[in-house]
Amino acid sequence: MQEIAVIDYGMGNLRSVVKALEHVVGNSQQVVLTSDPRRVMQAHRVVFPGQGAAGDCMRAIDEYGLRDTILEAARSRPFLGICMGMQVLIEFSQENQGIDCLGFFPGQARYFGDDHRDKDGIRLKVPHMGWNRVRQIRQHPLWHGIENNTRFYFVHSYYLYSEDNELTVGSCSYGFEFSASIARDNVFALQCHPEKSADAGLQLLSNFVNWDGQA
Amino acid sequence: MSLAKRIIPCLDVDHGRVVKGVQFVDIRDAGDPVEIARRYNLEGADEITFLDITASSDDRETMVHVVEAVASEVFIPLTVGGGIREIADIRRMLNAGADKVSINTAAVFNPEFVKQAADKFGSQCIVVAVDAKRVNGEEEPDRWEIFTHGGRKPTGIDVIEWVKKMDQYGAGEILLTSMDRDGTKIGFDNDLTRAVSEAVRVPVIASGGVGELQHLADGVLQGKADAVLAASIFHFGEYSIGTAKAFMRSCGIEVRD
Repeated sequence: MQEIAVIDYGMGNLRSVVKALEHVVGNSQQVVLTSDPRRVMQAHRVVFPGQGAAGDCMRAIDEYGLRDTILEAARSRPFLGICMGMQVLIEFSQENQGIDCLGFFPGQARYFGDDHRDKDGIRLKVPHMGWNRVRQIRQHPLWHGIENNTRFYFVHSYYLYSEDNELTVGSCSYGFEFSASIARDNVFALQCHPEKSADAGLQLLSNFVNWDGQA
Repeated sequence: MSLAKRIIPCLDVDHGRVVKGVQFVDIRDAGDPVEIARRYNLEGADEITFLDITASSDDRETMVHVVEAVASEVFIPLTVGGGIREIADIRRMLNAGADKVSINTAAVFNPEFVKQAADKFGSQCIVVAVDAKRVNGEEEPDRWEIFTHGGRKPTGIDVIEWVKKMDQYGAGEILLTSMDRDGTKIGFDNDLTRAVSEAVRVPVIASGGVGELQHLADGVLQGKADAVLAASIFHFGEYSIGTAKAFMRSCGIEVRD
């Protein structure tokens, strides 16, 4: 039976991700929560979640000896990064006085700011928490069956900024437009939480577990 | 601006059963948390909050099972409050499938606990619940104080100073209950909500006093709340979440469909 590995490196609540995946795969694939590099590399698909601060995530990745495994998996099979799992794929995060990340994609995670405001000067809360619209700015198999501008659940204080315009497949507006989702080849990553985004999120996860990794 | 204001139904859970009577026409067992949570999810609830009102700690394990069961079927954010006193309590709830925990009394007695919790699990899952009561006299400027024990014990702590501190300590969100309004059905204390919402960076959930749909809208429009929480108006089938959202939308408030 094909396996979907959810990488466990001790960061936050991975149960939600596992439960949502189990809900969409039925009996056709097995979901395994693992921190074992060999197990990850045996899996047909890999999900890389994450919560908390970038510094802690990077430290945990190295403590678990998973850095090379994550990069190798992202080069070789359908790979889904979620929330902090997206942010640490890029080069650098401003969080924790600045921290180098995995550098798989070009870009930075930047802080919304303590005095974040919209165009009309109205103050916006940080973290950006709740249901916001995701604009599908490029076609992707993982958007299948999800209407453009559908709301997903977000919770984050840092947003992804990249000068590589080809990378962004979904954008979101919170004071300004930022990358809500990036993709290249067999990798798809998103800032929001599909496992907590009701039907739209389950649809996206279902698309992922059936995805051949071709963009 | 396209972030939706959230509507959060709150369920009181005692020994694994939802109490205070939740009634839906087509639900057979009105006390089953899973069935009720599933129903609220279908109606479009943006999150669900469970308040564990079980007095004895022996029965806390039951709450863990409730969360596990709900989290296997309902894929929106779940918050658990009541009896969260130690790091181990938080870990247990998160492992069971909760996304956030709300800390109330333990924060008042040991503010450092909030810091530790946020450091350990991230601010995104730490909600600080604040029970506030108005203490100013007539003609005096508005002032609210933190109360514990269901609004019976004053602490001498000023609410505005407190929420600023909790924001600094790593709270990801403030769940603000007006003890003056709780159970009255005359609406939120919108002066309180606005004062708190303007004092902190993080989102504020207004709670306590909702009796009709206009109150939900007022909490956002006058109170500047980022989310509104209510229990009884949804429980007794008076209003569905969908009706509440339609009403808020008609008031110009952005909500999720």
